[in-house]
Formats: sequence, C-alpha cells, structure tokens
Amino acid sequence: MIGFKTFFKKNSFIEEDKVGVANGTRQWNFDMKNRLVNFFTLVGFTWAVPVIKLVSGESPREQFAEMFRTIGLPVIAILIFLGMWSGLASQVKTSLGVLPGPVQVYQQASTLVDEHYAEREKEAAFIKRQEVRNAKKLEKNPDAKVKIRPYTGAPTFIDQIFTSLLTVFAGFLVGTLFAIPLGIACGLSDKLYTAVSPLIQVFKPVSPLAWLPIVTMVVSAVYVTSDPMFDKSFINSAITVTLCSLWPTVINTAVGVSSIDRDLVNVGRVLKLNWWSKVTKIAVPSSLPMIFTGLRIALGIGWMVLIAAEMLAQNPGLGKFVWDEFQNGSSNSLGRIMVAVIVIGIIGFILDWLMLTLQKMFSYDKAAVIR
Amino acid sequence: MSNAYLDISSVSIDFPTRGGAFRALNDVNLKIDEGEFISLIGHSGCGKSTVLNIVAGLHQATEGGVILEGKEVNSPGPDRSVVFQNHSLFPWMTTYENVELAVKQVAKGKNKAEIRDWVNHNLELVHMTHAAQKRPAELSGGMKQRVGIARALSMEPKVLLMDEPFGALDALTRAHLQDSLMEIHRELKNTIIMITHDVDEAVLLSDRIVMMTNGPSATIGEVQDIKLARPRNRVELADDVEYNHNRSAVLKFLYERQKAPVTDDAA
Repeated sequence: MIGFKTFFKKNSFIEEDKVGVANGTRQWNFDMKNRLVNFFTLVGFTWAVPVIKLVSGESPREQFAEMFRTIGLPVIAILIFLGMWSGLASQVKTSLGVLPGPVQVYQQASTLVDEHYAEREKEAAFIKRQEVRNAKKLEKNPDAKVKIRPYTGAPTFIDQIFTSLLTVFAGFLVGTLFAIPLGIACGLSDKLYTAVSPLIQVFKPVSPLAWLPIVTMVVSAVYVTSDPMFDKSFINSAITVTLCSLWPTVINTAVGVSSIDRDLVNVGRVLKLNWWSKVTKIAVPSSLPMIFTGLRIALGIGWMVLIAAEMLAQNPGLGKFVWDEFQNGSSNSLGRIMVAVIVIGIIGFILDWLMLTLQKMFSYDKAAVIR
Repeated sequence: MSNAYLDISSVSIDFPTRGGAFRALNDVNLKIDEGEFISLIGHSGCGKSTVLNIVAGLHQATEGGVILEGKEVNSPGPDRSVVFQNHSLFPWMTTYENVELAVKQVAKGKNKAEIRDWVNHNLELVHMTHAAQKRPAELSGGMKQRVGIARALSMEPKVLLMDEPFGALDALTRAHLQDSLMEIHRELKNTIIMITHDVDEAVLLSDRIVMMTNGPSATIGEVQDIKLARPRNRVELADDVEYNHNRSAVLKFLYERQKAPVTDDAA
C-alpha cells in the first residue's frame, strides 16, 4: 500500500500547487468564456458576446465598438421610434380622445398587470369564503354535500395571453403532426405529390378565417359531449390555427425531402437500406432544416391568424381582449389596445426566436447562417 | 460461359432525350480478374461514370449485362460498394456512425462488440481513428474521402467502385491517399475499378488501364497492361523507363488518337 506521503510525492502535488491552481483558473475562465459565447451565439443573443468578452478582459476598444453595433444601434432606433410616436400620436384626435403615446401605453400596461393581481386576490377571497362556508356547513351536518364552485370573474389581460398561447401551440402541434408525415410522403413519392398538389395549391391561399364559420358549425355538430374536456371556442380557434399552419410545413417538408442530394440517395441504394431506414436515416435528417423553416413560417402565420380569429369569433384570447376594449370605448381603451398590440408583437417575436433556436440546434450544418 | 470474376458483357446504354434515344455507351466488353486494379480513363463525357454506375447497378444497361461471379447483377448492393467523388458522407452523422451504418447493413448475425471492432478496424485502415467522433463538416476534403473509402471497404465488397475518388483533392493530399489505397489493396487484395482523369494516378495504381473513346457511342478504345512490380514507389518510378513508356502510351491515346471533344467551354 502506498502511504499518503509517497502519494503526495509521486504526484509532486505540493510543489506544483500554486502553479496548478493559477493555470487551472485561467484555463477554466477560457473554457467558460468560450462556452458562454457559443451558447449566446446559438440562441441568437449576439449582443451578449462582446459583454462577455469585455468582462473576461479582451481588448476593451474592440468590444465597445462591437457593443455599440449590436446594442447601441438598436437602442437608438427604438428611441427615435418612441420620439416620433409620442410626437405624432398627440396630433391625432379620435372620438376616444387623443391617440396614446408611449407614456400612456406604459401606464396602461402597469394598470393591466395591477388588475390581474387584484383579480387573483378576489378569486382567492372567493375561494376562501366558500371554504369557510363549507366548513360551517360540515360542522352542523357532517354528511352535507359541499362543493367549491370555480371563480367566474372576467379573464384578465394576462389570462388572455396564456389562453392565446395555449391555443396557438395546440393548433400548431396538431397541424405539425399531420403536415410532417404528409410532407415526407409527398417528397418521397412523385405520384402522391402530383395527386395532392392541386388540392394544396387551392387550399393554401384560403384565409383560415374563411373556414371559421364552417369550422364552428362542424365543431358544434360533431363535438357533442356532456362533459367536454375542451371548450368549443378553444377547439374552433385551435383548428383555425391548424388549418393555416398546415400548408407551409407540408410544402417545405416535401421540397426538403425531394431535394436530397442524389449521391446520398445512391449511398442508400448501395447500402440496400430498407424503406423505413431510408426515411429515418436519410430523408428526415437531410430535410430537417427545410422542415424547421416550414414550421417557423407556420407558427408565425398561426399566431397572426389566431388573433384575428379570436376577434372575429369572440373566442377567449388576446383577440377578444382587443375587440372588447374596442367595443368598450373608454378613454383608456386605445392605450390598452396598444399594450395588446405590443405584447402580440413581442410574443410573435419570441415564438419565432424559439423556432430559430430549435432549428439551429437540430441543424447538422453548424456553419450555415440561419436567420 | 465466361469464367472471369467480373464480366462486363456487350453493355450498351441509351438515354432518352427530346430528340430520341441517345446512345451513350456502345458494346463495352471487359473481363476483370479477382484482385485486379482497373483504371478507367477518358475525356469528360465519355461515359466512364456510366460504366461504373452500370456495374454498381445504379443504371440499367439497355443491352448486355454485368456478371459477377457467374451471377448477373442489375440492382445496387453492398457487394459492389461505391466511393463517390464528393465523399457523400451523411453530414448529420459522425465519422463512426457513417461507417457503422454500412457495417450494420452487411453484418448479419454480428453482435454489438463485433460491429464496433469492425468499424474501428476499417477506420484504422484509412488512419481515421482519431476523428471517429467528428462530423464531416469538421474534416478536410482528404479526410472525408478516407472515411468514404472506409465506409466502402467495411462492406467487404467483391468489387470496390471508385468514381474519381481523389479528383477534388490537392496534389499532396491525393498522393497520400494514393499511397494509402495501394497499401490497402496490397493487404486486402480487393478488386477495384477506379475512374480517373489523372494519367499518373492511373499508371501508378493500376494493373490495367482501360482507355475509353469519346462519346456518343463511347466504347473501350485500348487497354494498357501495367506490369510494374509492386509495391510501387512514386519517387523511384519517376525515372523508370517502363513507367514512362506506359505513361506516354496513355497520353498518346488521350491527346493524339482521342482528342478532347469540342465543347462549348472549350470553343
């Protein structure tokens, strides 16, 4: 057995202690920095890269120039935009008062958040009251049937955001589940593509809003249960999203699958891969970038159309919020609608960013510039 | 009945065009022995690749056929593996996975450890073990081609078909790969058909050089036997009389008897 002393000596642990630690820290910083830079580049936060480099002590002058480019320029553009907005908005007098500028919109945004918390407090109080009442009832008669009724207050702005998000994801998911297999099948088989191409070409340009009345009627005729798992309005909106998110994914997937490098297809033939391996090992991986492009377009269109569908059909969500405020017509309405507009935009941007990041993560060609 | 290992027998092929059938190859006959290294050489568009693709089974001959070990072949299969000019590795797979995919296709009844060993053995053969976990995008052109060769070899093909395997590489890398290929051929004694544009490459590597006439209706013009002793060394051969004799024979065929066809970009 080796004693402790020999062990230490063997590794000359003590002598090299200082040097080792110093090197180690520097090495760790370097690795850490590179990892952070790679991560932020992957997720598209290129503006964070110069900040990291600056913190790690890399030539400050270059980093400041880079920061000005990636952070400074957009900030300047936003400031100019806000200035023009507040200057021009005050010139426009509507029947609901002056068009709100950035300051009023900001006030409305904080009001909407406050309203949300107030509503939550009310709900908590409502539930509490019921519990107290039920407890009393049970005290008198232990066999009494008690029930907690759900709170029925109006959904707040923030509730509507989550309703819309849930709807768009549900519709998008269903659309994707249909579209990718159909797209792959069309890409693999010229005959199938020729067969369904006219249908796709005709249905693709139809605004899903035109489908909305039909969807509504069909859903109320077909979806009849005593204990519905989903609201009909939710299903209507989701199907509308499905209908518009279908086509870009189908078409992009089909194009991606049918344009696989001929040599790769030949490799598959020489290897005698079976049909399933050809699909999973060649067709799908090589068309993944195209599939994601389709999905990105689909989600973007889906989000835009959903808001319109909610306005049109009075289905819960951000669209309904906008429409209700419009009908409400108070002096605050325009400001609240503008808050909704900005939130819709930011959410759309985040959804797109999410898809882009997924696309980059799944793309085999890391060198390709994906915007 | 032919008793050659691989018999390309009276192969002709027509391609449909707007103006009717276009006869690309006419009556190509070639018998190849087991373990032979054959180079196909000729000007662009003479149908070298078409011959290779017919042997691979990727194209169907209009007339005639290919007989391998007494059996006609008319569909692709791993017994005639192909090394493509642009490597054709799957970019989403690592080096190891690319070779593994091929090994798994031909490994009937091999267990996991045997498959792993065989993949590693083939990567070792082309000196690519160090890059097993890299993706093609991280490799240089020569390295990619090495992996492509490893993938083709790992299928233990009866005939290895190489379509201008080193055409896209720089001269030094090409020389390295040629040496590797000679080494592998000496060790495994594969039957190889290689397409090339490079006269030196053809003379250095081949047992026989098959020179093709210009299309349309291209066919085999001449066959040059290369009787140089193996192993061959490119530096020693540079001054070798027989080497230079062979070389000039091929050059004469290509540039005197079969002048480059006048194409749009040459005019």
